[in-house]
Amino acid sequence: MPGDKVFSLPPRQEPARRVERHSLARRVGLFLLHSREASIAIAAIVLIIYFWSTAPAFLSTSNIANLAEYAATTAIIAAGEVMVIICAEVDLSAGMVYALAPFVMYFAHQAGVPFVPAILLGLIAAAIVGMINGFITVVLQIPSFITTLGTLFVINGFTLTISNGYPVQPKGTPLITNIFGGNPISQILWAIGITLVLQFVLVKTRWGLNTIATGGNLLGAAEVGIKIGRIKMGNFILCSILGGLAGVLDAFRISSIDPLAGGTDIMFMAIASSVIGGTLLTGGSGTIIGAFLGAAVLGILKNGFTLSGVSAFTFDMILGAAILITMVINVRLSQLRAAGREG
Amino acid sequence: MNEEVLRTEHVSKSFGRVTALRDASIRLAKGEVLGLLGDNGAGKSTLMKILTGFHKPDSGKLYFQGKEIELRSVSHARSLGIEPVYQDLALINELSVYRNMFLQREIMYGGILRILNDGAMREQARDHLTQMGVNIPSVDVAISKLSGGQRQAIAVARSVYANAKVLLLDEPTAAMGVRESAMILDLIRRLKEKGEVSIIIVAHNYAHIFDVCDRVNLLQKGEITFDRSTKETSVEELMNLVLHELRSARESVQLSRPATE
Repeated sequence: MPGDKVFSLPPRQEPARRVERHSLARRVGLFLLHSREASIAIAAIVLIIYFWSTAPAFLSTSNIANLAEYAATTAIIAAGEVMVIICAEVDLSAGMVYALAPFVMYFAHQAGVPFVPAILLGLIAAAIVGMINGFITVVLQIPSFITTLGTLFVINGFTLTISNGYPVQPKGTPLITNIFGGNPISQILWAIGITLVLQFVLVKTRWGLNTIATGGNLLGAAEVGIKIGRIKMGNFILCSILGGLAGVLDAFRISSIDPLAGGTDIMFMAIASSVIGGTLLTGGSGTIIGAFLGAAVLGILKNGFTLSGVSAFTFDMILGAAILITMVINVRLSQLRAAGREG
Repeated sequence: MNEEVLRTEHVSKSFGRVTALRDASIRLAKGEVLGLLGDNGAGKSTLMKILTGFHKPDSGKLYFQGKEIELRSVSHARSLGIEPVYQDLALINELSVYRNMFLQREIMYGGILRILNDGAMREQARDHLTQMGVNIPSVDVAISKLSGGQRQAIAVARSVYANAKVLLLDEPTAAMGVRESAMILDLIRRLKEKGEVSIIIVAHNYAHIFDVCDRVNLLQKGEITFDRSTKETSVEELMNLVLHELRSARESVQLSRPATE
């Protein structure tokens, strides 16, 4: 495959550019209709206004910090999930890697490894899980739902075994702690940074393009010479590393590593964020920024309901209904968008 | 006749006990459009897959531009300029037209970051499609928004842009309306006028493509039974040949069937 072949250019003709003139209002309307991220952003703003009006404490500094930390963890995992989901796969094990990586880091540090390489070891452990997920899915051809369901339990059991089921306290230097999630702003900066970098990778690099192609038309992507196995493998590894990183950040933030933290709860939140943000579970289409906003919306809902004094029992019902309503609206908007493009 | 681009000599291929292709010899000249016709199961796709480097023939030889070659893989064949356009077209529905045009051949900004140069790809895709007379609303629309004929045209244009010397079109007008297939046939005619690409059209509905072909080969039960310029034959003659085969097949079935009563 002449992947990097440079072409002889055909003789240049000045292309007749289509100049499209729309009124400002129409342009704003079109933008909202055409951008998947816009609708979820509007939902977030509406929710913020609603909770602020019902519970003014919602916009207090401490609550915003609280909210940001919760959403940041989910957004980091969701960023990895989006890449895997665009490949038309899914990673159910990311929430367990979230618990595993900080333990690997902790034990490495206990054994005398300085914190930075210890963190790297934790992330390498996460990457190995991603490789196993990729290998079983790509080489042994097991659907990733099954593959990662299996590794979910294996890793959970492994983490519980090495930790004996007890939480531990990492004692990083103040600098390390502040960089890796100890400072309330650092975690949200990590989330924003990862989101922006991955969104860029997705829309502006060959890796992103090949990821979309792999999920959009597996056979066709292979026919044009895309190494679909390598793309899937890479994204599984990426998703696992981000799951591990989210775990490490949370470990420093709450200065405790709990073998029971994360798990399926945070994994489902991350997948829900991706889907609410506009990523299709069928593959071929997705947005990292959308997943970030999706995580923000879920965080706002959870936090806002708690502040409004909604009982914990009814909370899950409301949350579930909110997810369904958001999705129905999202699907309707997508259909409108599709119709709009055709016209 | 023009110089020869592609030739097979006595190519055979079996799968287990089934002989899919027997002693097939075809010849393709520069700028020529060859129709490879035959019913389902006649060996068309086997021959096509041998030409694209997907299957290796059991016996026989392949010549490309006068030299004997062995196609190691699909990508090897493509690097020589043998470009297949499959029925599924290998287009990504979710991606825009220009990004599909440049799949795996993307134009990048220089430097280590290897960032996609969308501006350059968009402009070149637009120029190239205009030159080839392919009409689409914009190179920015997703493939999913295009008709079947437009998609086929994009897939063909992409192969031509990749400096194809031989285009292998697999059932290019299958499942297409009259207007759609007319559009594809027009595109093939324009390519023929330029004379830079040679084309093999694999089809089972020969009435559709008869007019654009310079020559037709008929494949029957794995053998090439007919090779003639379209000027010296007609759709009727081809139809009679196929019907004759059908009739004799039916007779042989009747003969070999033992009396049951």
